[in-house]
Amino acid sequence: MSVAARPQLSHLRALESEAIHVMREVAAELERPVLLFSGGKDSIVLLRLAEKAFRPAPFPFPLMHVDTGHNFPEVIEFRDRRVAELGERLIVASVQDSIDSGRVLEETGPRASRNRLQTVTLLDAIAEHGFDAAFGGARRDEERARAKERILSFRDDFGQWDPKSQRPELWNLYNGRIRKGEHVRVFPLSNWTELDVWEYIDQEQLEVPSIYFSHERPVFQRDGMLYAWREGTELIDGEEVFQETVRYRTVGDMSCTGGVRSHALTLEEVVLEISATRITERGETRADDRVSEAAMEDRKKAGYF
Amino acid sequence: MTLDLLRFTTAGSVDDGKSTLIGRLLYDSKQVFEDQLEHVAQASERRGGEGTLDLALLTDGLRAEREQGITIDVAYRYFATAKRRFIIADCPGHRQYTRNMVTGASTADVSVVLIDARQGVVEQSKRHAFISALLGIPEMVIAVNKMDLVDYSQDRFDEIVREFSGFVEHLAGVEHITYIPMSALNGDNVVDRSELMPWYAGPVLLDHLEQVEVAYDHPDAKAARFPVQWVVRPANGSSDYRGYAGQLASGALRRGDEITVLPSGARTRIAAIDTYDGELEEAMAPMSLTLRLEDDVDVSRGDLICHHDRSPVVDRELLADICWMTDEPLRSGGRYLLKHTSRSAAAIVQGIDDVVDVHTLQRSDPPAELALNDIGRVRLRTSTPLVFDPYTSNRRTGSFILIDEATNSTVGAGMIA
Repeated sequence: MSVAARPQLSHLRALESEAIHVMREVAAELERPVLLFSGGKDSIVLLRLAEKAFRPAPFPFPLMHVDTGHNFPEVIEFRDRRVAELGERLIVASVQDSIDSGRVLEETGPRASRNRLQTVTLLDAIAEHGFDAAFGGARRDEERARAKERILSFRDDFGQWDPKSQRPELWNLYNGRIRKGEHVRVFPLSNWTELDVWEYIDQEQLEVPSIYFSHERPVFQRDGMLYAWREGTELIDGEEVFQETVRYRTVGDMSCTGGVRSHALTLEEVVLEISATRITERGETRADDRVSEAAMEDRKKAGYF
Repeated sequence: MTLDLLRFTTAGSVDDGKSTLIGRLLYDSKQVFEDQLEHVAQASERRGGEGTLDLALLTDGLRAEREQGITIDVAYRYFATAKRRFIIADCPGHRQYTRNMVTGASTADVSVVLIDARQGVVEQSKRHAFISALLGIPEMVIAVNKMDLVDYSQDRFDEIVREFSGFVEHLAGVEHITYIPMSALNGDNVVDRSELMPWYAGPVLLDHLEQVEVAYDHPDAKAARFPVQWVVRPANGSSDYRGYAGQLASGALRRGDEITVLPSGARTRIAAIDTYDGELEEAMAPMSLTLRLEDDVDVSRGDLICHHDRSPVVDRELLADICWMTDEPLRSGGRYLLKHTSRSAAAIVQGIDDVVDVHTLQRSDPPAELALNDIGRVRLRTSTPLVFDPYTSNRRTGSFILIDEATNSTVGAGMIA
């Protein structure tokens, strides 16, 4: 049979349609959803999907960023510009505030990171605003604990994920029923891969923060990763700061997100680079997953993104 | 329809080599990343595997799984070749097996049933085949694994094919079955053709998955079903825009089509098919879109829009096969929340007509209850009318879940007869 006789959607259009369906279901069935927007590529895709799901009306939920205070300035600048363009409301939940109010204790030393502290700030913000659903950009291909996660993932009133007693998720019928104090995390990009995300960004011609493209910056090497150096960064004996041409595959805290040597300057070049890569994005760039065999699983159980 | 994305499901017990098979598929198709491989190498060594790679470890997810050497829950895995992208629903078989298999099968186009060549056809393989058929998967692959342990014997393979064919011919709904002899451990016939089984002339697993024809219905061949999810209505009064948003579950819709809104029965025409990327003349499943209608009829979430001359059933009484997924049994008189398309209703169990024996495929006399992992025919009555099709003609409008309102758990999966 010829192709013309078999009209079909591209796999990106099929994934897009599935994600839009998920967003509309959650908007309809839960009372106070929020969309977690970090300025990273996955949540940039979420925003486009929300436009596709709800325009010409405004989004039926606000956006929220958990700001560690250690974000790349380029990303914060991008975040604010994108939110203004959309005309939507952004809530910024600040880890600094959690530290100042004594909810969490700042780690010290050269390896200090605010990565773990974010979980407290996130759960506090969810409780404070009474959110019952939080959209996130996590994908199942990212990490092995995530491969088991549902599209609608139930969290108890401590924000905990129990991987052993997840609700079965059948067809496209999602069970978002919760009691007061509980919430669901919603992952519309569950079935997308990193390459799908970049191809979609290219297809939709979405703007992304400049650090996703090749640029030169001062870095230092630690545990095999290239970390951005900035004023105030504590170095460990023997570490040196040098200029390197890098780009970022993921956008997290400056303190725990490594850059990769790259000359990719355009979306097409990034897509080519991702198609050819032999290392996973978290393995290449995230120190937070290197802590132990089950680092992500443990953080997720405690309520991490 | 999407033909370049294939979803398939595997199921198996701890020992029949399912994890090794998936690991082999990923490894031989060069989908394993260096850091994942390094991780597997280290873990294999820690477990005393002296320099060998235990590919099963590639599919380990949770700490408890690594500790106990088991798989706890359905995991989803992704890989791509030059020809297709694949989503694997990887279902553990040992505990809550029906629940896991049904979950994995509910979204799959192809089902890969594993058989250990030494054991032959066992209950689990029959159960998986039965569930695949019940869940409407027309394409089945029988992976006869561990051929290395039966000396790559053609006689043994033929024997298993005969035995399984005898079972499968009583299953309704399976259209094609492909039997492949393989050794996932050694990589025979998974991605690369085995030199040890020259008697086998059929496709190796990956080639087959790349080429298998996904059940495809031309958009015009299937009745259009559009469950309304959400009403798009800018709040600020400045606009009189009113659109009905949803995902087209099946078929095609065109601007100007005469449609009916169910269950009310109101009739009008499609004024416009809106998407963020502009208006469309026509749309097909599974697109998400927003419809504007010519007349001001009452439409809300849970309603279904279809062509007036191809209507589904509207009824408060249902007959359905239900897979029961929780310890507390389903009994006559039980009340649940039923979720079907974008509509939820209260449902009461009117009666249980039978339970299926997966060995013999016989349906029993009416049982007192359905226990965990049972599948049986159940009669239900709902608080409001549902708009549905038989599952065999439409997987989207023929399926539902039951939720226990006391625990909020999903306790049953239903396929309307």
